Amino acid sequence: MTSIARENLFKAPSRMEFLKKRFRKLEFGIQAFLFFCGFVSILTTIGIVFELGKESLLFFQTPGVNLVEFFTTTTWQPSIGQYGVLPLVTSTLMTSTFAMLIALPLGLAAAIYLSEYADPKVRKVLKPILEILAGIPTVVYGYFALTFMTPLLRGIFGQQTVQIYNTLSAGLVMGIMILPLVASMSEDALRAVPRALREAAYGVGATKLETSIQVVLPAALSGIVAAFIIGISRAVGETMIVAVAAGAGPKFTFNPFEGAETMTGYIARISGGDLSYDTPDYNSIFAIGLLLFVITLGLNIISRTISRRFREVYE
Amino acid sequence: MENQMNHQPQDGQFAIQASHMDIYYGNFRAVKDCSLEVLPRKITAIIGPSGCGKSTVLRAFNRMNDFIPGCRVEGGILFHGQNIYAPDVDPVQVRKLIGMVFQKPNPFPKSIYENVAWGARINGYTGNMDDLVEETLVKAALWDEVKDNLKKSALALSGGQQQRLCIARALAVKPEIILMDEPCSALDPIATLKIEDLMRELSSNYTIIIVTHNMQQAARASDYTAFFTMDPDRSGIMVEYGETSQLFTRPRDQRTEDYITGRFG
Repeated sequence: MTSIARENLFKAPSRMEFLKKRFRKLEFGIQAFLFFCGFVSILTTIGIVFELGKESLLFFQTPGVNLVEFFTTTTWQPSIGQYGVLPLVTSTLMTSTFAMLIALPLGLAAAIYLSEYADPKVRKVLKPILEILAGIPTVVYGYFALTFMTPLLRGIFGQQTVQIYNTLSAGLVMGIMILPLVASMSEDALRAVPRALREAAYGVGATKLETSIQVVLPAALSGIVAAFIIGISRAVGETMIVAVAAGAGPKFTFNPFEGAETMTGYIARISGGDLSYDTPDYNSIFAIGLLLFVITLGLNIISRTISRRFREVYE
Repeated sequence: MENQMNHQPQDGQFAIQASHMDIYYGNFRAVKDCSLEVLPRKITAIIGPSGCGKSTVLRAFNRMNDFIPGCRVEGGILFHGQNIYAPDVDPVQVRKLIGMVFQKPNPFPKSIYENVAWGARINGYTGNMDDLVEETLVKAALWDEVKDNLKKSALALSGGQQQRLCIARALAVKPEIILMDEPCSALDPIATLKIEDLMRELSSNYTIIIVTHNMQQAARASDYTAFFTMDPDRSGIMVEYGETSQLFTRPRDQRTEDYITGRFG
Protein backbone atom coordinates (compact mmCIF):
# COMPACT_ATOMS: atom_id res chain seq x y z
CA MET A 1 0.00 0.00 0.00
CA THR A 2 1.94 3.04 1.17
CA SER A 3 5.18 1.18 0.53
CA ILE A 4 4.04 0.29 -2.95
CA ALA A 5 3.00 3.85 -3.56
CA ARG A 6 6.33 5.19 -2.37
CA GLU A 7 8.26 2.69 -4.43
CA ASN A 8 6.31 3.64 -7.48
CA LEU A 9 6.97 7.29 -6.82
CA PHE A 10 10.70 6.77 -6.66
CA LYS A 11 10.90 4.40 -9.59
CA ALA A 12 8.74 6.89 -11.42
CA PRO A 13 6.91 4.51 -13.72
CA SER A 14 4.17 5.85 -15.89
CA ARG A 15 1.96 8.22 -13.91
CA MET A 16 -1.07 6.66 -15.55
CA GLU A 17 -0.21 3.34 -13.95
CA PHE A 18 0.43 5.04 -10.61
CA LEU A 19 -3.00 6.65 -10.56
CA LYS A 20 -4.84 3.36 -11.20
CA LYS A 21 -7.33 2.18 -8.60
CA ARG A 22 -5.83 -0.48 -6.36
CA PHE A 23 -7.14 -3.08 -3.99
CA ARG A 24 -6.20 -2.40 -0.35
CA LYS A 25 -6.40 -5.69 1.52
CA LEU A 26 -6.08 -4.37 5.07
CA GLU A 27 -8.54 -1.54 4.44
CA PHE A 28 -11.05 -3.96 2.95
CA GLY A 29 -10.51 -6.56 5.68
CA ILE A 30 -11.09 -4.11 8.52
CA GLN A 31 -14.13 -2.62 6.85
CA ALA A 32 -15.59 -6.11 6.41
CA PHE A 33 -14.90 -6.93 10.07
CA LEU A 34 -16.59 -3.74 11.28
CA PHE A 35 -19.58 -4.47 9.08
CA PHE A 36 -19.76 -7.98 10.51
CA CYS A 37 -19.74 -6.66 14.10
CA GLY A 38 -22.64 -4.37 13.33
CA PHE A 39 -24.45 -7.13 11.52
CA VAL A 40 -24.22 -9.55 14.46
CA SER A 41 -26.52 -7.41 16.60
CA ILE A 42 -29.04 -7.16 13.79
CA LEU A 43 -28.87 -10.91 13.25
CA THR A 44 -29.41 -11.52 16.95
CA THR A 45 -32.48 -9.30 16.98
CA ILE A 46 -33.89 -11.04 13.94
CA GLY A 47 -33.18 -14.42 15.57
CA ILE A 48 -34.94 -13.45 18.78
CA VAL A 49 -37.99 -12.09 17.00
CA PHE A 50 -38.14 -15.21 14.84
CA GLU A 51 -37.90 -17.59 17.80
CA LEU A 52 -40.46 -15.64 19.84
CA GLY A 53 -42.81 -15.51 16.89
CA LYS A 54 -42.48 -19.21 16.09
CA GLU A 55 -43.10 -20.40 19.64
CA SER A 56 -45.91 -17.88 20.15
CA LEU A 57 -47.57 -19.24 17.05
CA LEU A 58 -47.46 -22.70 18.63
CA PHE A 59 -49.10 -21.27 21.72
CA PHE A 60 -51.87 -19.55 19.84
CA GLN A 61 -52.57 -22.74 17.89
CA THR A 62 -53.29 -24.57 21.15
CA PRO A 63 -56.96 -25.56 21.37
CA GLY A 64 -58.80 -23.19 23.69
CA VAL A 65 -56.42 -20.27 23.08
CA ASN A 66 -57.43 -17.35 20.95
CA LEU A 67 -56.15 -13.82 20.54
CA VAL A 68 -59.32 -12.05 21.65
CA GLU A 69 -59.54 -14.04 24.84
CA PHE A 70 -55.80 -13.55 25.38
CA PHE A 71 -56.08 -9.79 25.36
CA THR A 72 -59.47 -9.26 26.97
CA THR A 73 -60.08 -11.76 29.76
CA THR A 74 -58.72 -11.25 33.20
CA THR A 75 -57.81 -14.68 34.45
CA TRP A 76 -54.51 -16.35 33.78
CA GLN A 77 -54.70 -19.97 34.81
CA PRO A 78 -53.27 -22.22 32.12
CA SER A 79 -53.97 -25.33 34.21
CA ILE A 80 -57.71 -24.85 33.78
CA GLY A 81 -57.46 -23.38 30.31
CA GLN A 82 -57.85 -19.70 31.20
CA TYR A 83 -55.51 -17.61 29.11
CA GLY A 84 -56.18 -13.93 29.81
CA VAL A 85 -52.91 -12.02 29.87
CA LEU A 86 -54.29 -8.82 31.42
CA PRO A 87 -53.41 -9.59 35.07
CA LEU A 88 -49.76 -9.98 34.09
CA VAL A 89 -49.82 -6.81 32.02
CA THR A 90 -51.48 -4.67 34.68
CA SER A 91 -49.05 -5.75 37.38
CA THR A 92 -46.15 -4.97 35.06
CA LEU A 93 -47.67 -1.57 34.39
CA MET A 94 -48.13 -0.99 38.10
CA THR A 95 -44.60 -1.88 39.17
CA SER A 96 -43.18 0.12 36.24
CA THR A 97 -45.33 3.13 37.05
CA PHE A 98 -44.23 3.15 40.69
CA ALA A 99 -40.64 2.76 39.57
CA MET A 100 -40.87 5.65 37.13
CA LEU A 101 -42.61 7.87 39.70
CA ILE A 102 -39.44 7.50 41.75
CA ALA A 103 -36.76 7.29 39.08
CA LEU A 104 -37.76 10.01 36.62
CA PRO A 105 -38.28 13.04 38.90
CA LEU A 106 -35.54 12.13 41.36
CA GLY A 107 -33.15 11.08 38.60
CA LEU A 108 -33.69 14.31 36.70
CA ALA A 109 -33.37 16.40 39.84
CA ALA A 110 -30.14 14.61 40.76
CA ALA A 111 -28.86 15.18 37.24
CA ILE A 112 -29.63 18.89 37.36
CA TYR A 113 -27.94 19.16 40.74
CA LEU A 114 -24.83 17.31 39.58
CA SER A 115 -24.54 19.12 36.28
CA GLU A 116 -25.55 22.68 37.20
CA TYR A 117 -25.16 23.15 40.92
CA ALA A 118 -22.64 20.73 42.39
CA ASP A 119 -19.14 21.93 43.09
CA PRO A 120 -16.69 20.06 40.80
CA LYS A 121 -15.15 18.40 43.87
CA VAL A 122 -18.54 17.20 45.10
CA ARG A 123 -19.44 15.90 41.67
CA LYS A 124 -16.18 14.01 41.42
CA VAL A 125 -17.17 12.05 44.53
CA LEU A 126 -20.91 11.75 43.95
CA LYS A 127 -21.02 10.54 40.39
CA PRO A 128 -18.91 7.39 40.90
CA ILE A 129 -21.00 6.55 43.97
CA LEU A 130 -24.14 6.92 41.88
CA GLU A 131 -22.68 4.62 39.27
CA ILE A 132 -21.75 2.02 41.89
CA LEU A 133 -25.40 2.02 42.93
CA ALA A 134 -26.22 1.06 39.34
CA GLY A 135 -23.88 -1.91 39.64
CA ILE A 136 -25.62 -3.62 42.55
CA PRO A 137 -27.08 -6.98 41.42
CA THR A 138 -30.84 -6.77 41.05
CA VAL A 139 -31.42 -9.82 43.23
CA VAL A 140 -29.94 -7.82 46.11
CA TYR A 141 -32.47 -5.08 45.39
CA GLY A 142 -35.15 -7.79 45.44
CA TYR A 143 -34.26 -8.78 48.97
CA PHE A 144 -33.94 -5.11 49.90
CA ALA A 145 -37.56 -4.72 48.81
CA LEU A 146 -38.68 -7.80 50.71
CA THR A 147 -36.76 -7.21 53.94
CA PHE A 148 -36.67 -3.42 54.14
CA MET A 149 -39.25 -1.73 51.92
CA THR A 150 -42.13 -4.11 52.63
CA PRO A 151 -41.77 -3.94 56.43
CA LEU A 152 -41.51 -0.17 56.09
CA LEU A 153 -44.73 0.00 54.07
CA ARG A 154 -46.44 -2.36 56.50
CA GLY A 155 -45.35 -0.12 59.34
CA ILE A 156 -46.83 2.91 57.61
CA PHE A 157 -50.05 1.51 56.15
CA GLY A 158 -50.73 -1.33 58.57
CA GLN A 159 -50.03 -5.07 58.64
CA GLN A 160 -53.55 -5.89 57.50
CA THR A 161 -53.50 -3.59 54.48
CA VAL A 162 -50.11 -4.49 53.06
CA GLN A 163 -49.41 -8.05 52.05
CA ILE A 164 -45.94 -9.51 52.39
CA TYR A 165 -45.61 -9.65 48.63
CA ASN A 166 -46.89 -6.49 46.96
CA THR A 167 -46.32 -4.53 43.78
CA LEU A 168 -45.73 -1.19 45.51
CA SER A 169 -42.66 -2.35 47.37
CA ALA A 170 -41.19 -4.00 44.28
CA GLY A 171 -41.96 -0.94 42.17
CA LEU A 172 -40.44 1.56 44.59
CA VAL A 173 -37.23 -0.42 44.95
CA MET A 174 -37.10 -0.84 41.19
CA GLY A 175 -37.31 2.95 40.99
CA ILE A 176 -34.33 3.25 43.32
CA MET A 177 -32.46 0.78 41.14
CA ILE A 178 -33.17 2.72 37.94
CA LEU A 179 -32.59 6.17 39.46
CA PRO A 180 -28.79 6.18 39.06
CA LEU A 181 -29.10 5.15 35.42
CA VAL A 182 -31.55 7.95 34.66
CA ALA A 183 -29.51 10.45 36.68
CA SER A 184 -26.21 9.52 35.10
CA MET A 185 -27.48 9.56 31.52
CA SER A 186 -29.45 12.79 32.03
CA GLU A 187 -26.41 14.41 33.59
CA ASP A 188 -24.32 13.50 30.56
CA ALA A 189 -26.96 15.10 28.34
CA LEU A 190 -27.06 18.28 30.44
CA ARG A 191 -23.28 18.56 30.57
CA ALA A 192 -23.08 18.24 26.80
CA VAL A 193 -24.92 21.55 26.44
CA PRO A 194 -22.26 24.11 25.48
CA ARG A 195 -21.16 26.60 28.09
CA ALA A 196 -21.85 29.38 25.60
CA LEU A 197 -25.57 28.74 25.97
CA ARG A 198 -25.43 29.07 29.75
CA GLU A 199 -23.37 32.24 29.45
CA ALA A 200 -25.95 33.64 27.03
CA ALA A 201 -28.63 33.13 29.65
CA TYR A 202 -26.55 34.54 32.49
CA GLY A 203 -25.67 37.46 30.23
CA VAL A 204 -29.29 38.67 30.18
CA GLY A 205 -29.51 38.46 33.95
CA ALA A 206 -30.92 34.98 34.38
CA THR A 207 -30.55 33.18 37.68
CA LYS A 208 -29.09 29.72 37.92
CA LEU A 209 -32.53 28.14 38.18
CA GLU A 210 -33.90 30.02 35.16
CA THR A 211 -30.83 29.06 33.17
CA SER A 212 -30.96 25.40 34.17
CA ILE A 213 -34.68 24.84 33.68
CA GLN A 214 -35.48 27.11 30.74
CA VAL A 215 -32.32 26.99 28.67
CA VAL A 216 -30.12 24.01 29.51
CA LEU A 217 -32.90 21.48 30.09
CA PRO A 218 -34.73 22.06 26.77
CA ALA A 219 -31.42 21.93 24.93
CA ALA A 220 -30.63 18.56 26.51
CA LEU A 221 -34.14 17.19 26.10
CA SER A 222 -33.41 14.56 23.49
CA GLY A 223 -30.71 13.02 25.67
CA ILE A 224 -32.93 13.17 28.73
CA VAL A 225 -35.81 11.51 26.90
CA ALA A 226 -33.40 8.81 25.79
CA ALA A 227 -32.48 8.28 29.44
CA PHE A 228 -36.17 8.04 30.32
CA ILE A 229 -36.82 5.49 27.56
CA ILE A 230 -34.02 3.29 28.77
CA GLY A 231 -35.27 3.68 32.33
CA ILE A 232 -38.81 2.65 31.39
CA SER A 233 -37.59 -0.23 29.28
CA ARG A 234 -35.55 -1.47 32.20
CA ALA A 235 -38.54 -1.19 34.51
CA VAL A 236 -40.79 -3.13 32.17
CA GLY A 237 -38.14 -5.78 31.60
CA GLU A 238 -36.84 -5.99 35.17
CA THR A 239 -37.29 -9.53 36.49
CA MET A 240 -35.41 -10.31 39.66
CA ILE A 241 -36.90 -7.67 41.96
CA VAL A 242 -40.48 -8.48 40.99
CA ALA A 243 -39.84 -12.21 41.12
CA VAL A 244 -38.60 -11.85 44.69
CA ALA A 245 -40.87 -9.15 46.06
CA ALA A 246 -44.01 -8.71 43.97
CA GLY A 247 -45.44 -12.14 44.61
CA ALA A 248 -46.02 -15.31 42.61
CA GLY A 249 -49.32 -16.09 40.98
CA PRO A 250 -51.11 -13.84 38.53
CA LYS A 251 -53.80 -11.70 40.04
CA PHE A 252 -55.97 -9.08 38.41
CA THR A 253 -55.81 -6.20 40.84
CA PHE A 254 -55.08 -2.51 40.96
CA ASN A 255 -54.37 -2.57 44.68
CA PRO A 256 -50.68 -1.72 45.11
CA PHE A 257 -50.61 -3.47 48.48
CA GLU A 258 -51.53 -6.86 47.04
CA GLY A 259 -49.17 -9.35 45.48
CA ALA A 260 -49.44 -9.84 41.74
CA GLU A 261 -47.13 -11.53 39.29
CA THR A 262 -45.70 -9.48 36.43
CA MET A 263 -45.02 -10.70 32.92
CA THR A 264 -41.31 -11.08 33.60
CA GLY A 265 -41.94 -12.70 36.96
CA TYR A 266 -44.19 -15.25 35.31
CA ILE A 267 -41.66 -16.03 32.58
CA ALA A 268 -38.92 -16.47 35.17
CA ARG A 269 -41.06 -18.80 37.28
CA ILE A 270 -42.23 -20.96 34.38
CA SER A 271 -38.89 -21.22 32.61
CA GLY A 272 -37.20 -22.12 35.88
CA GLY A 273 -39.84 -24.70 36.76
CA ASP A 274 -40.16 -28.32 35.68
CA LEU A 275 -42.82 -27.92 33.03
CA SER A 276 -42.23 -30.13 30.05
CA TYR A 277 -41.50 -28.74 26.64
CA ASP A 278 -44.42 -28.03 24.30
CA THR A 279 -47.14 -27.74 26.92
CA PRO A 280 -49.40 -24.66 26.58
CA ASP A 281 -47.93 -23.33 29.85
CA TYR A 282 -44.44 -23.51 28.47
CA ASN A 283 -45.35 -22.06 25.09
CA SER A 284 -47.24 -19.22 26.72
CA ILE A 285 -44.03 -17.67 28.01
CA PHE A 286 -42.96 -17.00 24.43
CA ALA A 287 -46.21 -15.24 23.70
CA ILE A 288 -45.71 -13.12 26.81
CA GLY A 289 -42.10 -12.49 25.85
CA LEU A 290 -43.25 -11.31 22.44
CA LEU A 291 -45.79 -9.01 24.07
CA LEU A 292 -43.06 -7.55 26.32
CA PHE A 293 -40.91 -7.00 23.28
CA VAL A 294 -43.73 -5.22 21.47
CA ILE A 295 -44.45 -3.02 24.51
CA THR A 296 -40.85 -1.83 24.88
CA LEU A 297 -40.61 -1.32 21.13
CA GLY A 298 -43.77 0.77 21.23
CA LEU A 299 -42.42 2.84 24.13
CA ASN A 300 -39.25 3.44 22.17
CA ILE A 301 -41.12 4.65 19.13
CA ILE A 302 -43.40 6.93 21.16
CA SER A 303 -40.56 8.52 23.08
CA ARG A 304 -38.51 9.03 19.94
CA THR A 305 -41.41 10.82 18.32
CA ILE A 306 -41.88 12.99 21.39
CA SER A 307 -38.24 13.94 21.66
CA ARG A 308 -38.03 14.73 17.96
CA ARG A 309 -40.91 17.13 18.29
CA PHE A 310 -39.75 18.95 21.42
CA ARG A 311 -36.00 18.89 21.39
CA GLU A 312 -34.09 22.09 20.84
CA VAL A 313 -31.08 21.39 18.69
CA TYR A 314 -28.24 23.69 19.59
CA GLU A 315 -25.94 23.09 16.67
CA MET B 1 -38.68 48.85 33.81
CA GLU B 2 -37.90 52.56 33.74
CA ASN B 3 -36.25 54.35 30.91
CA GLN B 4 -32.58 53.49 31.13
CA MET B 5 -31.65 57.10 30.40
CA ASN B 6 -32.56 58.00 33.96
CA HIS B 7 -29.89 55.67 35.25
CA GLN B 8 -27.17 57.12 33.07
CA PRO B 9 -24.65 59.23 34.91
CA GLN B 10 -24.26 62.88 34.00
CA ASP B 11 -21.87 63.80 31.24
CA GLY B 12 -18.36 63.81 32.51
CA GLN B 13 -19.04 61.02 34.96
CA PHE B 14 -17.97 57.48 34.19
CA ALA B 15 -20.36 54.74 33.14
CA ILE B 16 -18.22 52.17 34.84
CA GLN B 17 -14.76 52.30 36.30
CA ALA B 18 -12.23 49.59 37.07
CA SER B 19 -9.77 50.64 39.70
CA HIS B 20 -6.53 48.83 40.51
CA MET B 21 -8.04 45.54 39.45
CA ASP B 22 -6.05 42.30 39.57
CA ILE B 23 -7.56 39.15 38.09
CA TYR B 24 -6.23 35.71 38.96
CA TYR B 25 -6.80 32.26 37.50
CA GLY B 26 -5.75 30.12 40.43
CA ASN B 27 -2.29 31.40 41.29
CA PHE B 28 -1.69 32.95 37.89
CA ARG B 29 -2.20 36.68 37.74
CA ALA B 30 -3.85 37.20 34.35
CA VAL B 31 -4.41 40.94 34.70
CA LYS B 32 -2.31 43.30 36.75
CA ASP B 33 -3.37 46.60 38.27
CA CYS B 34 -5.89 47.61 35.67
CA SER B 35 -7.59 50.99 36.03
CA LEU B 36 -9.99 51.89 33.26
CA GLU B 37 -12.63 54.60 33.26
CA VAL B 38 -15.31 54.06 30.66
CA LEU B 39 -17.27 57.06 29.44
CA PRO B 40 -21.03 56.84 29.07
CA ARG B 41 -22.60 56.54 25.62
CA LYS B 42 -19.24 56.03 23.98
CA ILE B 43 -17.67 53.03 22.32
CA THR B 44 -14.56 51.92 24.11
CA ALA B 45 -12.37 49.36 22.37
CA ILE B 46 -9.91 47.06 24.12
CA ILE B 47 -7.13 45.86 21.84
CA GLY B 48 -3.95 43.89 22.33
CA PRO B 49 -2.20 40.63 21.45
CA SER B 50 -3.64 37.20 22.25
CA GLY B 51 -3.43 36.22 25.89
CA CYS B 52 -3.07 39.77 27.21
CA GLY B 53 -6.26 39.49 29.26
CA LYS B 54 -8.61 41.60 27.10
CA SER B 55 -11.53 39.20 27.39
CA THR B 56 -10.80 38.59 31.04
CA VAL B 57 -11.08 42.30 31.75
CA LEU B 58 -14.27 42.59 29.69
CA ARG B 59 -15.89 39.66 31.48
CA ALA B 60 -14.97 41.22 34.80
CA PHE B 61 -17.33 44.12 34.05
CA ASN B 62 -20.46 42.00 34.46
CA ARG B 63 -19.03 39.29 36.71
CA MET B 64 -19.10 36.72 33.96
CA ASN B 65 -15.80 35.39 35.31
CA ASP B 66 -17.71 34.07 38.32
CA PHE B 67 -18.44 30.96 36.24
CA ILE B 68 -14.81 30.15 35.63
CA PRO B 69 -13.55 27.95 38.48
CA GLY B 70 -10.55 29.44 40.22
CA CYS B 71 -11.05 32.92 38.80
CA ARG B 72 -10.72 35.71 41.36
CA VAL B 73 -10.95 39.47 41.03
CA GLU B 74 -9.13 41.81 43.42
CA GLY B 75 -9.53 45.53 43.51
CA GLY B 76 -12.84 46.68 42.23
CA ILE B 77 -15.19 47.93 39.60
CA LEU B 78 -17.29 50.95 40.43
CA PHE B 79 -20.74 51.11 38.90
CA HIS B 80 -23.11 53.82 40.13
CA GLY B 81 -20.88 54.29 43.13
CA GLN B 82 -21.11 50.64 44.05
CA ASN B 83 -18.22 48.18 43.88
CA ILE B 84 -19.81 45.30 41.94
CA TYR B 85 -17.43 42.89 43.68
CA ALA B 86 -18.62 43.91 47.13
CA PRO B 87 -20.02 40.93 49.04
CA ASP B 88 -23.54 42.38 49.24
CA VAL B 89 -23.86 42.84 45.47
CA ASP B 90 -25.94 40.29 43.55
CA PRO B 91 -24.17 39.39 40.29
CA VAL B 92 -27.50 38.49 38.67
CA GLN B 93 -28.65 42.10 39.18
CA VAL B 94 -25.36 43.38 37.76
CA ARG B 95 -25.89 41.38 34.57
CA LYS B 96 -29.39 42.78 34.13
CA LEU B 97 -27.82 46.23 33.71
CA ILE B 98 -24.64 45.17 31.93
CA GLY B 99 -25.41 42.90 28.99
CA MET B 100 -23.04 40.88 26.89
CA VAL B 101 -22.54 39.78 23.29
CA PHE B 102 -20.16 36.89 22.81
CA GLN B 103 -17.45 35.96 20.36
CA LYS B 104 -19.38 33.19 18.66
CA PRO B 105 -23.06 33.91 18.08
CA ASN B 106 -24.87 31.87 20.71
CA PRO B 107 -28.63 32.26 20.22
CA PHE B 108 -30.84 30.03 22.34
CA PRO B 109 -32.11 26.99 20.45
CA LYS B 110 -35.53 28.61 20.48
CA SER B 111 -37.51 30.73 18.03
CA ILE B 112 -36.29 34.17 16.95
CA TYR B 113 -39.15 35.74 18.89
CA GLU B 114 -38.39 33.74 22.01
CA ASN B 115 -34.70 34.64 21.86
CA VAL B 116 -35.58 38.30 22.30
CA ALA B 117 -38.55 37.81 24.63
CA TRP B 118 -36.95 35.36 27.06
CA GLY B 119 -34.59 37.77 28.79
CA ALA B 120 -37.31 40.40 29.15
CA ARG B 121 -39.77 37.87 30.52
CA ILE B 122 -37.47 36.49 33.20
CA ASN B 123 -36.72 40.07 34.17
CA GLY B 124 -40.37 40.67 34.87
CA TYR B 125 -41.30 42.67 31.76
CA THR B 126 -45.08 43.12 31.79
CA GLY B 127 -45.66 45.35 28.76
CA ASN B 128 -46.69 44.20 25.31
CA MET B 129 -44.14 41.56 24.36
CA ASP B 130 -44.85 41.73 20.62
CA ASP B 131 -44.08 45.45 20.65
CA LEU B 132 -40.91 44.96 22.63
CA VAL B 133 -39.69 42.23 20.28
CA GLU B 134 -40.38 44.38 17.22
CA GLU B 135 -38.86 47.50 18.72
CA THR B 136 -35.75 45.62 19.81
CA LEU B 137 -35.28 43.84 16.51
CA VAL B 138 -35.63 47.16 14.70
CA LYS B 139 -32.94 48.62 16.94
CA ALA B 140 -30.71 45.65 16.17
CA ALA B 141 -31.27 46.23 12.42
CA LEU B 142 -32.69 42.74 12.00
CA TRP B 143 -36.45 43.34 11.87
CA ASP B 144 -36.82 43.60 8.10
CA GLU B 145 -34.99 40.33 7.59
CA VAL B 146 -36.91 38.26 10.13
CA LYS B 147 -40.32 39.87 10.59
CA ASP B 148 -42.09 37.14 8.60
CA ASN B 149 -40.24 34.31 10.32
CA LEU B 150 -40.38 35.16 14.00
CA LYS B 151 -41.46 31.63 14.90
CA LYS B 152 -38.57 30.06 13.04
CA SER B 153 -35.60 28.67 14.93
CA ALA B 154 -32.88 31.24 15.53
CA LEU B 155 -30.35 28.66 14.39
CA ALA B 156 -31.68 28.88 10.84
CA LEU B 157 -30.28 32.42 10.59
CA SER B 158 -26.88 33.22 9.11
CA GLY B 159 -23.95 33.93 11.43
CA GLY B 160 -24.27 37.69 11.01
CA GLN B 161 -28.01 37.61 11.60
CA GLN B 162 -27.50 35.41 14.65
CA GLN B 163 -25.05 37.91 16.08
CA ARG B 164 -27.50 40.80 15.54
CA LEU B 165 -30.15 38.64 17.21
CA CYS B 166 -27.78 38.21 20.17
CA ILE B 167 -27.42 41.99 20.29
CA ALA B 168 -31.23 42.30 20.20
CA ARG B 169 -31.45 39.76 23.00
CA ALA B 170 -29.10 41.89 25.09
CA LEU B 171 -31.05 45.10 24.25
CA ALA B 172 -34.41 43.60 25.21
CA VAL B 173 -33.38 43.59 28.86
CA LYS B 174 -32.75 47.36 28.58
CA PRO B 175 -29.20 47.39 29.91
CA GLU B 176 -27.03 50.46 30.34
CA ILE B 177 -23.81 48.93 29.18
CA ILE B 178 -23.23 46.32 26.49
CA LEU B 179 -20.04 44.30 26.56
CA MET B 180 -18.95 42.81 23.24
CA ASP B 181 -16.31 40.11 23.17
CA GLU B 182 -14.89 40.05 19.63
CA PRO B 183 -18.42 40.07 18.23
CA CYS B 184 -17.28 39.99 14.61
CA SER B 185 -14.52 37.40 14.76
CA ALA B 186 -16.78 34.69 13.33
CA LEU B 187 -18.34 36.93 10.68
CA ASP B 188 -17.53 37.90 7.12
CA PRO B 189 -16.60 41.52 6.26
CA ILE B 190 -20.11 42.54 5.19
CA ALA B 191 -21.72 41.21 8.35
CA THR B 192 -18.91 42.86 10.30
CA LEU B 193 -19.69 46.26 8.80
CA LYS B 194 -23.36 45.84 9.66
CA ILE B 195 -22.48 45.17 13.28
CA GLU B 196 -20.16 48.18 13.36
CA ASP B 197 -22.89 50.44 11.94
CA LEU B 198 -25.24 49.05 14.53
CA MET B 199 -22.77 49.74 17.34
CA ARG B 200 -22.45 53.31 16.16
CA GLU B 201 -26.21 53.71 16.29
CA LEU B 202 -26.56 52.09 19.67
CA SER B 203 -23.85 54.28 21.16
CA SER B 204 -26.25 57.23 21.32
CA ASN B 205 -28.17 55.36 24.03
CA TYR B 206 -25.80 52.75 25.38
CA THR B 207 -22.27 52.52 26.65
CA ILE B 208 -20.41 49.91 24.63
CA ILE B 209 -17.17 48.19 25.51
CA ILE B 210 -15.77 46.00 22.76
CA VAL B 211 -12.83 43.65 22.72
CA THR B 212 -11.39 43.22 19.27
CA HIS B 213 -8.46 41.55 17.59
CA ASN B 214 -8.96 43.70 14.60
CA MET B 215 -7.13 47.01 14.88
CA GLN B 216 -8.88 48.48 11.85
CA GLN B 217 -12.15 47.75 13.58
CA ALA B 218 -11.04 49.55 16.74
CA ALA B 219 -9.81 52.49 14.68
CA ARG B 220 -13.01 52.63 12.62
CA ALA B 221 -15.65 51.95 15.20
CA SER B 222 -14.54 53.20 18.60
CA ASP B 223 -14.31 56.53 20.38
CA TYR B 224 -11.77 55.43 22.96
CA THR B 225 -9.20 52.67 22.86
CA ALA B 226 -7.32 50.85 25.59
CA PHE B 227 -4.21 48.95 24.56
CA PHE B 228 -3.24 45.93 26.64
CA THR B 229 -0.14 43.79 26.43
CA MET B 230 1.73 41.23 28.50
CA ASP B 231 4.43 42.16 30.93
CA PRO B 232 7.48 39.85 31.35
CA ASP B 233 5.71 37.52 33.82
CA ARG B 234 2.85 37.11 31.29
CA SER B 235 0.31 39.14 33.23
CA GLY B 236 -1.87 41.42 31.16
CA ILE B 237 -1.33 45.13 31.74
CA MET B 238 -2.96 48.20 30.31
CA VAL B 239 -0.32 50.20 28.49
CA GLU B 240 -2.24 53.12 27.14
CA TYR B 241 -5.77 54.44 27.10
CA GLY B 242 -7.05 57.43 25.24
CA GLU B 243 -9.11 58.78 22.40
CA THR B 244 -8.98 56.39 19.48
CA SER B 245 -7.79 59.05 17.03
CA GLN B 246 -4.95 60.02 19.33
CA LEU B 247 -3.91 56.47 20.21
CA PHE B 248 -3.70 55.36 16.60
CA THR B 249 -1.96 58.48 15.27
CA ARG B 250 0.18 59.70 18.17
CA PRO B 251 0.63 56.81 20.60
CA ARG B 252 2.39 57.90 23.76
CA ASP B 253 3.98 54.54 24.49
CA GLN B 254 6.55 52.75 22.32
CA ARG B 255 4.81 49.40 22.88
CA THR B 256 1.54 50.79 21.55
CA GLU B 257 3.29 52.15 18.50
CA ASP B 258 5.02 48.80 17.87
CA TYR B 259 1.72 47.00 18.09
CA ILE B 260 -0.37 49.27 15.92
CA THR B 261 2.30 49.50 13.27
CA GLY B 262 2.53 45.72 13.18
CA ARG B 263 5.98 45.29 14.66
CA PHE B 264 4.60 43.19 17.47
CA GLY B 265 1.95 40.57 17.98
